Amino acid sequence: MTTDQEKTNLILTVEGVNKTFDGFKAITDLNFYLDRGELRTVIGPNGAGKSTFFDLITGRTKPDTGKIEFGWDTDLTALTEYEINRLGIGRKFQTPSVYSEHSVWENLLLSLKGPRGVFSTLFHRTSTAQRDRIDALLTLIRLNAKRDWLAGQLAHGEKQWLEIGMLLAQDPQVLLVDEPAAGMTDDETHRTGELLLSLAGKHSIIVVEHDMAFVKQIARDGKVTVLHQGTVLCEGKFDDVQADTKVREVYLGRGKHGIR
Amino acid sequence: MSAPTTRRIEFIAVAVIATLLIVVFPLLNSTGVISNFTLNLWGKYLCYALLAISVDLLWGYTGLLSLGQALFFSLGGYMLGMHLMRMIGDLGQYRKPIPDFLIFLGWTELPTFWKPFSSFPFAAAMVILLPGLVALIFGFLAFRSRIKGVYFSILTQALTYGGSLMFFRNDMLMGGNNGFTDYKFLLGADVRDASTQRALFIATAVTLVLVYLGCSWLSRTKLGLIQRAIRDGENRVLFSGYAAAGFKLFIFVVAALIASVGGALYVPQVGIINPSEMTPDKSLEAVVWVAVGGRGTLVGPVVGAIVVNALKSWATRAYPDLWLFFLGGMFIIVVLFLPGGIVSIPVRIKTWWARRAAANAATSAPVAP
Repeated sequence: MTTDQEKTNLILTVEGVNKTFDGFKAITDLNFYLDRGELRTVIGPNGAGKSTFFDLITGRTKPDTGKIEFGWDTDLTALTEYEINRLGIGRKFQTPSVYSEHSVWENLLLSLKGPRGVFSTLFHRTSTAQRDRIDALLTLIRLNAKRDWLAGQLAHGEKQWLEIGMLLAQDPQVLLVDEPAAGMTDDETHRTGELLLSLAGKHSIIVVEHDMAFVKQIARDGKVTVLHQGTVLCEGKFDDVQADTKVREVYLGRGKHGIR
Repeated sequence: MSAPTTRRIEFIAVAVIATLLIVVFPLLNSTGVISNFTLNLWGKYLCYALLAISVDLLWGYTGLLSLGQALFFSLGGYMLGMHLMRMIGDLGQYRKPIPDFLIFLGWTELPTFWKPFSSFPFAAAMVILLPGLVALIFGFLAFRSRIKGVYFSILTQALTYGGSLMFFRNDMLMGGNNGFTDYKFLLGADVRDASTQRALFIATAVTLVLVYLGCSWLSRTKLGLIQRAIRDGENRVLFSGYAAAGFKLFIFVVAALIASVGGALYVPQVGIINPSEMTPDKSLEAVVWVAVGGRGTLVGPVVGAIVVNALKSWATRAYPDLWLFFLGGMFIIVVLFLPGGIVSIPVRIKTWWARRAAANAATSAPVAP
C-alpha cells in the first residue's frame, strides 16, 4: 500500500503486469515504482524481460493484465508510442537507433522538443534558440566537430552518444536507457556514467545495463532492481543486492559480467 | 561541395532545362524544326516523368513501394477524359449528343453523374478531388493498420487491379474496355491541331517544372527530413513523438495528386484512356523507370522515365519482340551493378577516378627506408 505522500512523488507505476508471447511468460506479476528524479539501475541475466519491460512502458507492446501509469493517473496502456513519447518518456534502444542518412545536426533537429504535426513541420523554421540548443547538445555529446557527418558514418560509441543527445533534445521527464555502455571504451563508459548522474534529479532515469563496473558507478546510493524471469527478484542498494543469495544463485556461472 | 553551391548548380540546371522545354522546343516545333510527332512523343514522356516522381516520392523518399500509382494516373486521365467525351458533342458516329458507347449500351439520356463533366472547371477539380479522396481513404486505412513493406506493395497492387476490373465493366458507364477516345475539342480548340498539342506540351512542361521545384522544396523542409527518417528508421520516428502514419498519409495523397495531374495531361496528348492503363504492370513499369534513373533523387525519375520510354519507342519499332527482354535486362543490370541508377554514374566515375589516383600515388611513392 502506498500513501498519498508517496503517490505524489511517483512518476512511474507498474503494478501486477503480465505479458505472454505465444505461451512464453516474458513478464510475470511485475511491480515497479519510480520516484521523480530517481536514477534506477535495472540488471538481470539475458532473457530476464528487461527489453520487454521497456516495450511495455513505451507502448510498443501492451500488457495482458496489470496497470502502467505515468505521474499520478495517466494510463499508458491505452496510448500509442508517439503519444507516450509526447508525455515526456524518451527511450534509447539497445542497438543505437539514429537516422543513418541524416547528418548529426539533423538528427538532433528532428528530436528537439516542439510541435510534431504534419503541417507544423512542413512550415517549420529553425529558430536561433533551437540552433543554440542543438549547439549545446553537440558540445555535451562531444560531436561538435562532426555535426555535418552522416550519422551512419559515426563509430558505435558515438552513435550511442548521439542517441542520448537525441533523447535529451526531447527534454523528457523520464529517460529509459537500454545498455548505453555497449560498444564503448572504458573511458567513454565512465563519461556516459558521469552524464547520466548529472541528469538525475532533473530527469527520472531507468538504466538497463550488463556492465557491473558501470552499474556500480551509476548506482551509488540509489536503488538497483534485479529482474529474473520477468519479475523483480530483489531490489535495494548495490551492495545489498550484490550480497543477496538469490541474486548470487541466478548469476552463478553466468559469464564475465556476473556479480563477483 | 557546399550545400549552397550545389543548390545554385541545381537552380541553374533547372532554369536551363525549363527554358528548353517551355520556350525553345515549342518554338522549334512551330517553325518546323521539331516534328509534331516528336513533340507529342516528348509530351508523353514528360507525363510519365510526373508519374515517376510520384512513385519516387513514396518509394525513394519514404520507403513505401506503391504499385498503385497507375490507378491515380488513370483516374486523373479518366476525369479529364469525361470532359473530352462531352466536348465531342453530336459529332460522334451516332450523331447524338451523348457519347457513342452510351448509345451502344442503350442509353438515350446522359447518366446523372456524367452531367457536371460538361464543365471544364468541374472536370479539372475532379482531377484533384477524386484521386485525392481515394488516396486519403485508402492511405488512412492502410497506414493506421501499420501495413508496410511488401504488404503495402501487394495491397496497392490489388487496389489498382481492382480499379482496372471495375473500369473494364460496361455497366460502370465509363466506356468499358475501349475506354474513351476520338476526342475533338478542349477549351474550344481542336485537340488534333498542332497548336493545341503544342499548348498541351507547354502545359505539361510547366507542370513538371513546378512539381520538381515543389518536391525539391518539400525535401528540404523538416517534413522532408521526417519523410526520409521514416524510410531509414520508422521506430525512432515513432519513439520521438511523431505519428508516422500521418506523415505517410500526407505524402501518399501528394504523390497521388502528382500522378493524377500527369494522367490528366497525358490523355489529350495520346488521345485515349482505357482500363489497361490501370493494370499493375503499368505501375511496375514506372517503378523500373525510377530504379533505372535513380531513386531517392528528383532528377532520377525524370531521367529514367525519359530514357526508358525513348528506348521503348525505338526498340518497339526496331525489335518489337525483344522489347520486354530489354526492359527486364535493364532492370536487372541496374539492381545488380548500379543501385543508384543513371544519375549516380558521375559520382561513381569520380570515386573510381579518385581511388585510381590514390592507388597510383601509393605505388609510385618512394618506399620509406
